[in-house]
Amino acid sequence: MRRLAKTSASVMLALPLAGCDGSQSALDAHGASAIELKQLIIVIVAVCSVVWMLVMVALIGALWRNRPALRPPASPSAERRMTIATIAAVVATTIIISGFTVMSFIATRALAVAGNHDLTIRVRGLQWWWSVEYLGTSAERFETANEIHIPVGRNVRLKLEGVDVIHSFWVPSLAGKQDLVPGRNNELTIRAERVGIYRGQCAEYCGMQHAHMALLVVADSQDDFDKWAAAQRQAANPPAEEELAAGRQTFLAKPCAACHTIRGTDASGKTGPDLTHVGSRRTIAAGLFETTRGSLAAWIADPQTIKPGNNMPVVPLTPDELRSVSAYMASLK
Amino acid sequence: MTADAAPDTRDADVERTHLTCTLAETWKTPAGFWGALSTVDHKIIGRRYIFTAFVFLALGGVLAALMRIQLAQPEARLLGPDRYNQIFTMHGANMMFLFAVPVMEAMAVYLVPLMVGTRNIAFPRLNAFSYWIYLAGGALLWIAFALDMGPDVGWFAYVPLSGPQYGAGKRADIWAQMITFTELSALAVAVELVVTIFKQRAPGMTLDRIPVFVWAMLVTSFLVIMAMPAIMVASTSLILDRLVGTHLFNPAEGGDVLLWQHLFWFFGHPEVYIIFLPAAGMVSTMIEPFARRPAFGYLALVMALIATGILSFGLWVHHMFVAGLPRLGESFFTASSMTIAIPAGIQVFCWLATLWDGTLVFKTPLLFIIGFIVTFVIGGLTGVMVASVPFDTQVHDTYFVVAHFHYVLVGGAVFPLLGAIHYWFPKLTGRMMSETLGQWSFWLIFIGFNATFFPMHILGLQGMPRRIYTYQPDLAWHGMNLFVSLSAAVLIAGFLLFFVNALRSARYGEPASDNPWDAPTLEWATASPPPSYNFAMIPVVSGAQPLWNVEGALPVAEGLRTDRRELVVTSLAAAEPQTREASPRHSIWPLWAALATTVMLIWSIFSPWAVVWGSIPIAVTLIGWFWPKGTPEDES
Repeated sequence: MRRLAKTSASVMLALPLAGCDGSQSALDAHGASAIELKQLIIVIVAVCSVVWMLVMVALIGALWRNRPALRPPASPSAERRMTIATIAAVVATTIIISGFTVMSFIATRALAVAGNHDLTIRVRGLQWWWSVEYLGTSAERFETANEIHIPVGRNVRLKLEGVDVIHSFWVPSLAGKQDLVPGRNNELTIRAERVGIYRGQCAEYCGMQHAHMALLVVADSQDDFDKWAAAQRQAANPPAEEELAAGRQTFLAKPCAACHTIRGTDASGKTGPDLTHVGSRRTIAAGLFETTRGSLAAWIADPQTIKPGNNMPVVPLTPDELRSVSAYMASLK
Repeated sequence: MTADAAPDTRDADVERTHLTCTLAETWKTPAGFWGALSTVDHKIIGRRYIFTAFVFLALGGVLAALMRIQLAQPEARLLGPDRYNQIFTMHGANMMFLFAVPVMEAMAVYLVPLMVGTRNIAFPRLNAFSYWIYLAGGALLWIAFALDMGPDVGWFAYVPLSGPQYGAGKRADIWAQMITFTELSALAVAVELVVTIFKQRAPGMTLDRIPVFVWAMLVTSFLVIMAMPAIMVASTSLILDRLVGTHLFNPAEGGDVLLWQHLFWFFGHPEVYIIFLPAAGMVSTMIEPFARRPAFGYLALVMALIATGILSFGLWVHHMFVAGLPRLGESFFTASSMTIAIPAGIQVFCWLATLWDGTLVFKTPLLFIIGFIVTFVIGGLTGVMVASVPFDTQVHDTYFVVAHFHYVLVGGAVFPLLGAIHYWFPKLTGRMMSETLGQWSFWLIFIGFNATFFPMHILGLQGMPRRIYTYQPDLAWHGMNLFVSLSAAVLIAGFLLFFVNALRSARYGEPASDNPWDAPTLEWATASPPPSYNFAMIPVVSGAQPLWNVEGALPVAEGLRTDRRELVVTSLAAAEPQTREASPRHSIWPLWAALATTVMLIWSIFSPWAVVWGSIPIAVTLIGWFWPKGTPEDES
């Protein structure tokens, strides 16, 4: 019996913790605004739960008292009492929703005045990946994809642009979502309060592969972030081994270079993600796989089976070419 | 009443048996296939409408089952992204446009003329036309889906995804044109209902004696008339963008992407109340016989319906809280969205008071009313949550919202509807539904529904977005998704039992008396099912519960002709008799007109010239429709 109680207690504990692996949950808040939103959510849900329970008490009371033995005769005074009770309930409803409205207004204002920004990043949504461009002077600028690094404890302004259709930027552990609408300039400020990796996902239906349009936000200490940014600004490493050189040769000779950029080479295509440091990113294909030589090879060999409908065509390669290209990709740290 | 030049026979001059024979002859639908196609009897058309809507419910349910199988486990391969996206689009579009809105109108087409004590709906040929158009729209959507041309842009069809650049093929056009069909039929029914309710009420049925369901349909009809044009403008503009090359929604050419969202939700939010208000009216009307007392707070209930109707036009922007609109304006819409909780609350409190003071009869319809209160209050409260801008930024477009609107639409509208089918089934078919099966299906549906949709609130907060065809195994969602899918099986079993019960009872159910529930409203004052002329003599109403207010037979009005179809027209507020009005006979022309319209609308997906050439057959059929046929009804 005690063991059962212990097991069920641990299950009860595990349930709310299930969402707390730092991946993607509004209940696992580590960003300034997500923490504020979580508090608001808890208060509103708690009040609403109480309201629902009161209604249920009234309903059960109504069903219960109706047993013939308990039923008193109807009377004008009963009618009057019910009128008073109904009016009281309506007044209570009005007070509660007024309170919610004021709370929402205050929370909205608090989110809007998040202070000055330490960093500005342009995030563009495309079918079905995220282009990420760190803005600043021309020496500071660089581009990456599907993975955003930010310094912890700093306000980061995201300039959100929809390129083709509407997408929505949502990293629930950090902040509420904001749409990327073609023809409009939307912004969102995020601030991570804790070092960690936060998963996000497109929240506005954007076509065939809407389900596979994820991204990671990596919150680093300022030092780590500066190191990472400095590395990202560099051009791609020249290949050190023969196989990697062959891989680069294949990449430049095949249609790959028409869509992708690798800074430091002739590849300067703009329709696909910037691959200059693709090997340093944790995932490929917008969060679909962990980046390994094997997953890169699988993706290059058959992107249409892995992520049907995406814009990457199948490029016929010999086994050797596939091996060397994927090795080269993995080496682009 | 004016005297007619021609000699005529009045109902008061003939004895009762002869009267019913004559009326039956005058009002009958011709036998045979052509008779069935040309009928204008609101009861036959209403039954067809209801049956068709439930067929679409079953089809939509199959789609839901497929989605739940797919989502039961991560990275499932049952459906690919293309098929899944068609299926969730079809599920939403089908349930909203082909089931929820039409079924409420269908119930009204059948019930409202009976409840107000008249012999047919106003504009009965338009009524026939509206059914054919509805059927054609539904067929268009489902045939396209069967041909792998089903829309895949979501039931909201946001541009630019549905626009010419990203919505390839004819899929988005089929969605847009299906809208035109269903809106056309909805508008037609709305006009018929408004006129029926305003001008054809039985003598003595003053405004404060109208059954609450009829009030609800009146408010709903005005919502349809005011909201539907927005979506027709939107869908027509979309077709123009796609077919003619206008750039109304193209930002590169000065168009605006958010314009679509404003137009769509200016319709789309009232749409929710177009579905919910009739259900609320059903509850207020059904609760009376099962609580054995008049509904508490008649005036408050009616005012709440009207207030909801008006407010529903002021909160569409809460669907766009994360689109990047100015924050101050959004706060206004938070306030207006929250306000609608007040009329909803008023109705819930009145129902609770009615139950509190009533002597309850625990039959299936009452069970559905109780289940409705339990679930609808949850849906209403989560509605208050999503009305808050900051709250919404976390749950918008997640499974939290999926849970919320299923609580509102299934808990808030389908539960009352299922109760209403059990309640009015004897009036529809002349037979009772099985009480045992009814209670079983209630419990399966109630438990299955809550177990299916409640966990989705948590899934949404845990970060699961809507409209994804799969999710990765390392996300923390799979356990709950499996639970949801298993629960959905219980829900589906409940619906299957309901269908079995309805189909079986229609043939073998226990024959029903005129008024098996001892209910107070006029539809129970005639046979089950009613004769073609509804009432042998038009009843006269002296209270809000006519059959409870009078001992013995109802008083009746006399003086209608029996040799031609005639109705009593009464004044708007006091329902005093004003004149006799002829009601059109059966005609095949509404069917031809609907076919001509169908050809034109489908053709116009492919060529703008369809609008020019296609309008000629429509004009011909309309001339045929209105051409005098020399019947007694043409005299006036």
